[in-house]
Amino acid sequence: MSITSQTEPIAKIKSKQIMELLNVGKRLDGRSPNEHRQLKIDVDVVKKAEGSAMVSLGNTKVLVGIKVETGPPYSDTPNQGVITVNSELLPLAHEVFEPGPPDENSIELARVVDRGIRGSKALDLEKLVLIPGKLVYVLFVDIYVLNHDGNLVDASEYATIAALANTKLPVVEISEDGEAKATGEFKPLKIQDCPISVTLAKIGDTLVVDPLLDEERTASAKITITVNKDGNICAIQKSGTGTLTIDEIVKAQQMAREKAAEIRKMIPGWVS
Amino acid sequence: MAPFSTPERKSPAPTRREIELSKIIREALEPVIFSEYYPRSMIDIFIEVLESDGGTRCAGITAASLALADAGIPLRDLVAACAVGKVNGQIVVDLNDEEDKEGEADMPVAYIPALDSLSLLQMDGMLTEQEFLEALKLAKNACLKIYELQRQTLKQKYWEAKEAVAAENQEKE
Repeated sequence: MSITSQTEPIAKIKSKQIMELLNVGKRLDGRSPNEHRQLKIDVDVVKKAEGSAMVSLGNTKVLVGIKVETGPPYSDTPNQGVITVNSELLPLAHEVFEPGPPDENSIELARVVDRGIRGSKALDLEKLVLIPGKLVYVLFVDIYVLNHDGNLVDASEYATIAALANTKLPVVEISEDGEAKATGEFKPLKIQDCPISVTLAKIGDTLVVDPLLDEERTASAKITITVNKDGNICAIQKSGTGTLTIDEIVKAQQMAREKAAEIRKMIPGWVS
Repeated sequence: MAPFSTPERKSPAPTRREIELSKIIREALEPVIFSEYYPRSMIDIFIEVLESDGGTRCAGITAASLALADAGIPLRDLVAACAVGKVNGQIVVDLNDEEDKEGEADMPVAYIPALDSLSLLQMDGMLTEQEFLEALKLAKNACLKIYELQRQTLKQKYWEAKEAVAAENQEKE
């Protein structure tokens, strides 16, 4: 069963203001409907982590750290490395976030990011195998939300792919008797694709990219579309209690494709 | 999900997958419920997957919307759900477990005919724009077929009740 966390209501006057502005093609912070906030990506911000990235999308701030370990593969994929994505909505990020086990929003966030990475095959998991069926690299991706001002999915996705593109793998030597030992050296982890997610919120009948928190609260539904380097769709998630017509979905995926190409250029360490 | 519903025993505790599914299923059903008729109250929906062979969330939504109607809860319409996907380069409808695991993409969709819009849309795998648009069209058609079945099933119950009453009246005469 899902654990539904509390949501803070939005003042009606604020919602009304957002709607009225959108009617003339404007938004609270002066953006147009298909404009994203200022995006800033820093990599290698945590030296103890094998990979890390800090992303600011307007006032939304997300830190992703990647730790690499070695361990057994999953029994159904013996010849693939393991990647797990977790997210923490820290209490300091917003007043409604509480400490404790992850709620459904936190789980959804991590799973949507995970799906984009897997769907696009950004990582060649077969290259992460040390001893087939026995020992593989295990990548732990931990998403830390430091400040919440809307669109956590995109900020987390950009931070995750930027961190992965700048991750170093510890070199492991396998001795003759099958013992694995770290040599203390590192080699870069190569990503073979750069999936970019674009989230759109449906406010009234208008679709806006990169919604602010107030816009998310006014929106009836959100849709996240993740696009790979070739412009193919590798993950979709609709969320929220509203509905989307087929025309809206078709329009959303066109907007997402354009936006993704623009943002992909800003991911450090990605060369197409 | 029941522990015996999957190839390997599943712990009865809800997994992360089930928590996410519960959220999106709730959001798929909420648009049809006149929740404004029920202030200060809660509608609990429990979906038990007894045997899993692909398309569990879609079957869950289809069944849950019927159960809501059966419970007499006012609804704008029924919700019909079906998955589409890509298997061996072909866009197909209603993937089973094997097609889901071996296929290139899986896209569950829930459609509300009265609103002509989708209340659930997820996708994982890889689709080109053309494939995506084709899948979307196929999904809508598949959902409409399921919707017809849902309506028939719901009507059937009342036909049966009507016949039972008629038979009873005849006996009395």
